[in-house]
Amino acid sequence: MSGILNSSIARKFAMALSAFFLMFFLLQHFVINVTSIFPNNGATFNKLSHFMGTNALIQYALQPVLIFGVVFHFVMGFVLEIKNNNARAIKYAKNNGAANSTWMSRNMIWTGMAILAFIVLHFIDFWFPEINTKFIQGDWSGMHDGQLRYFHELQEKFVNPARVGAYIVAFVFLALHLLHGFDSAFQSVGANNKYTKGLKTFGKLYAILIPLGFIVIALFHHFNH
Amino acid sequence: MALDSKVPEGPIKDKWTTYKDKINLVNPANKRHIDVIVVGTGLAGGSASATLAELGYNVKAFAYQDSPRRAHSIAAQGGINAAKNYQGDGDSNYRLFYDTVKGGDYRSREANVYRLAEVSANIIDQCVAQGVPFARDYGGLLDNRSFGGVLVSRTFYAKGQTGQQLLLGAYSAMNRQIARGKIEMFNRHEMLDVVIVDGKARGIIARDLVTGEIERHSAHAVVIASGGYGNIYFLSTNAMGSNATAAWKIHKKGAYFANPCYTQIHPTCIPRSGDYQSKLTLMSESLRNDGRIWVPKNLEDVKAIREGRKKPTDLSEDERDYYLERRYPAFGNLVPRDVASRAAKERCDAGYGVNATGEAVYLDFASAITRYGIEQAKIHNISNPSDAKIYELGQKIVEEKYGNLFQMYEKIVDENPYKTPMMIYPAVHYTMGGVWVDYNLMTTIPGCYCIGEANFSDHGANRLGASALMQGLADGYFVLPYTIGDYLANDIRTGKISTDLPEFEAAEKEVSDRINFFINNKGTKSVDYFHKKLGNIMWNKCGMSRNAKNLEEAIKEIAELRAEFWKEVSVPGGDKEFNEELAKAGRVADFLELGELFAKDALNRNESCGGHFREESAEESGPQKGEAKRDDKNYAYVAAWEYKGEPANAVLHKEELKFNDIELKQRSYK
Amino acid sequence: MNLTLKIWRQKDSKSKGQMVDYKVTDISEHMSFLEMMDVLNEQLVNTGEEPVAFDHDCREGICGMCSMYINGEAHGPDRGVTTCQLHMRMFKDGDTITIEPFRAKAFPVIKDLVVDRSSFERIQQAGGFISVNTSGNTQDANAIPISKHAADEAMDAAACIGCGACVATCKNSSAMLFVGAKVSQYALLPQGQVEAADRVLNMVAQMDAEGFGNCTNTGACEIECPKGISLENIARMNREYLSASLKG
Repeated sequence: MSGILNSSIARKFAMALSAFFLMFFLLQHFVINVTSIFPNNGATFNKLSHFMGTNALIQYALQPVLIFGVVFHFVMGFVLEIKNNNARAIKYAKNNGAANSTWMSRNMIWTGMAILAFIVLHFIDFWFPEINTKFIQGDWSGMHDGQLRYFHELQEKFVNPARVGAYIVAFVFLALHLLHGFDSAFQSVGANNKYTKGLKTFGKLYAILIPLGFIVIALFHHFNH
Repeated sequence: MALDSKVPEGPIKDKWTTYKDKINLVNPANKRHIDVIVVGTGLAGGSASATLAELGYNVKAFAYQDSPRRAHSIAAQGGINAAKNYQGDGDSNYRLFYDTVKGGDYRSREANVYRLAEVSANIIDQCVAQGVPFARDYGGLLDNRSFGGVLVSRTFYAKGQTGQQLLLGAYSAMNRQIARGKIEMFNRHEMLDVVIVDGKARGIIARDLVTGEIERHSAHAVVIASGGYGNIYFLSTNAMGSNATAAWKIHKKGAYFANPCYTQIHPTCIPRSGDYQSKLTLMSESLRNDGRIWVPKNLEDVKAIREGRKKPTDLSEDERDYYLERRYPAFGNLVPRDVASRAAKERCDAGYGVNATGEAVYLDFASAITRYGIEQAKIHNISNPSDAKIYELGQKIVEEKYGNLFQMYEKIVDENPYKTPMMIYPAVHYTMGGVWVDYNLMTTIPGCYCIGEANFSDHGANRLGASALMQGLADGYFVLPYTIGDYLANDIRTGKISTDLPEFEAAEKEVSDRINFFINNKGTKSVDYFHKKLGNIMWNKCGMSRNAKNLEEAIKEIAELRAEFWKEVSVPGGDKEFNEELAKAGRVADFLELGELFAKDALNRNESCGGHFREESAEESGPQKGEAKRDDKNYAYVAAWEYKGEPANAVLHKEELKFNDIELKQRSYK
Repeated sequence: MNLTLKIWRQKDSKSKGQMVDYKVTDISEHMSFLEMMDVLNEQLVNTGEEPVAFDHDCREGICGMCSMYINGEAHGPDRGVTTCQLHMRMFKDGDTITIEPFRAKAFPVIKDLVVDRSSFERIQQAGGFISVNTSGNTQDANAIPISKHAADEAMDAAACIGCGACVATCKNSSAMLFVGAKVSQYALLPQGQVEAADRVLNMVAQMDAEGFGNCTNTGACEIECPKGISLENIARMNREYLSASLKG
């Protein structure tokens, strides 16, 4: 097993594994966010958020893994992009990529970078304040003005139409990234034969519905504040 | 020098086994001190290189392409024969032997052909072990199909790419030896001469086709496996680079060249569409199982079709001439290749050719489609099916059987062969003639061997379908590796051959001089100009049917063309670089000599046999009138030519053919 | 028809190349693309210029020697064909056609449109074979039955002609379709099992050492492959590789 990450297929496999993890995380994130539009004024959302934000296992075990997964996926993505670019020193004068592949598959690096930019924004919006409150100020109560603060914070963020716009754009990029990424991850781990045709349809649905759902949630909060 | 075929004594069934038991061997420790050069890495050369390397010899292999996998063996479609009798239909070594000798019109050496049949089964075992994905039936066992001219199913196949898969098998065996360091592979190298030291072949001069460097390579034996010379016709189904240079160079240094006039012209090729045409494409002969061949009965209709005023489908049955069915009621469209080709030429020469060039006949699937359609309607219990339904059902069956060929045709010709008849015309496909070899596959130069299509050996005057692959692999895997040991056993104390010997220097100088001539000659005509002209002469005068007058003219015209070539040829670029025109110039120069010998051989052989049809030697009366007439009394021999400075001065040596195990008969297809 | 050709000219592997414009006239739509190139070259030879060097041999789509990148696609705009089978009827009078060599770091240009694909050779030498000697007493070909399904799938993988279009067309210059096809052929056959693990590890290691890029599953190779080799072969290679790695 040593040195396995030096081989092309192993890198591909590692990219796919981190992708699976991130896709699972995304699904989980989505499920929790959906509860914010439940007609109980954020009660479920607050409960779940507080659990996620204060559970030791999640905070000290899964959160670092997630961060590692995100960083790994991005770093490896860039490393592969650079290596792949170097594999063709002189570029074609005329290249008709659209003839044989989708725009999404050829531009993963760009959709990925857009998502990275979004994550930075997202961290500034939510994660850094959260870290500040909990780890620097030491406030693990999750309370503000006598009630759980999460739902209120969420609503605050979606007041600004510019931010909502940025989120929507980012989710479109996420959808584009997933439209290729989902199938690609399965292909990379070797799941492509006549029995996996259904996966492709599922992948398309996942890639469109999840980002669309996030967009709906953002708009919901923007217009229902 | 008298020709000694060195065929061992004894009954034909035991010759090879007994011979192998008594042959000299080289001990494993000594093999590593012996070098063998193999020129050409198709089925024969590739399999020989791999096997010799497995045995422990140091092999240097040469290919003009960028990989052994590109050799033209790869283009063989149909299959490979082997007397496995897996179908239990009565096949045996003797039957394969008999069919091959008869198919070759009794002009091959019995002992060689029997050996070929004997090792044929081993080839299939070997290839399966190498991972060749032959077609299988639902029980997981190997499938067979039957091929023209025989009564059993003995042809193994891998889709329509049997040649490709067999070549890739041999290539993989080579790769294993290259990785072990036992084969040194020289891709993009062309052999330009053989080096003879003390009467023995001891090396070659080769040109690196990328850098243009001339290199000397020494060895204890040289094996030529460079394929056939069909490209002498300019247009053939051979690859663009296929050439006779290696074979011709050894001929000029002492190897006799046998039966150059035996050429196979394949009846089902896609016709030429214009003068720019660079090569011809073959379609599997299996098409004749269901296609009916015809031309219009009236010249008026021919004219109308050529001018586009009429379509072939406009002609009623009465207006069509199914000439093969008319002339050969018994075999009809399934007559052997040579007969079908000549009949097409006869019609086209009479003015009935159906395309703009006047060289095409129709191959029509309409009646097969209808026949299958009616059959299918019955199977599916459709009563009173409409014509359109019948057509639809029938087309499906034809598509299953020949879909890939129809698609290929449509890509090239841009006509839908389900809707309108295909056009076909014969094209040069294979050369049975080649370097003369004895039972050991050694040429008349000691230490110089010749295998595969490059030699003359096993197919006589006509080759049966699916036998070329068999012969190439038999020579390379199972014959040469034994027989070469017998010769090399005397070389265990020779030590490395120095490339500084004066013989190498002289050969290299000869090669360099010729290259310098081409580069510096201030001619006005391109190499292709001469090649096309030569091709025209060959096709018109040494083609499907030959006569003394034409052959005499051909000899004269080729000699004149050759003289003009050496004066007027123009080769751009330099010698120390990648220069395809330069490589072509050398090859065409050799074709220009071989062509003359070809015509001379054809003139000498005043009989019709197999692919060689002399108009003077046809049946004059009776039911066989106009058909080929063999002359066993005067021509049951191999014509082996010795080089004497000019093709015109070549000296004929005869190897008499004795038939002890087969009775000589006239072929009849009426 | 009359055409403008923009062709990559490069004297040798060390020189710098550039695109050069040529004109050809009276091209028949029935010509193959390479016959059109022959017309150009005849024209160049007759005017004393050096003809354009390009690889070609069988001209019937099976040897895998021809290798041009035509108007931004490997083997040109038609599907399921090599350059030699591409016909001029795919183009229109007055078209400008851009012709470049297959480009990849692992396929250095030798001259003009000719590239060096010996990297493919070295990958095959690293394990693209079954170690069996020629003895004449190999076990009978029918001794091990192979299901028709497996034999057909192996044949589909084995149909690769090694032309390199997959590499040329891949945005990453990856050779995984080529390697995957060979690994698959043997992985599907019982004869290939004994060496399966070593084969895939060694061939992939060689592929990486040659400087091919990594596969990002765009699927372009499958579309441009003249023999329609399926992406499933890459997936199979991935599986084979992972299980071989885990075996150690």
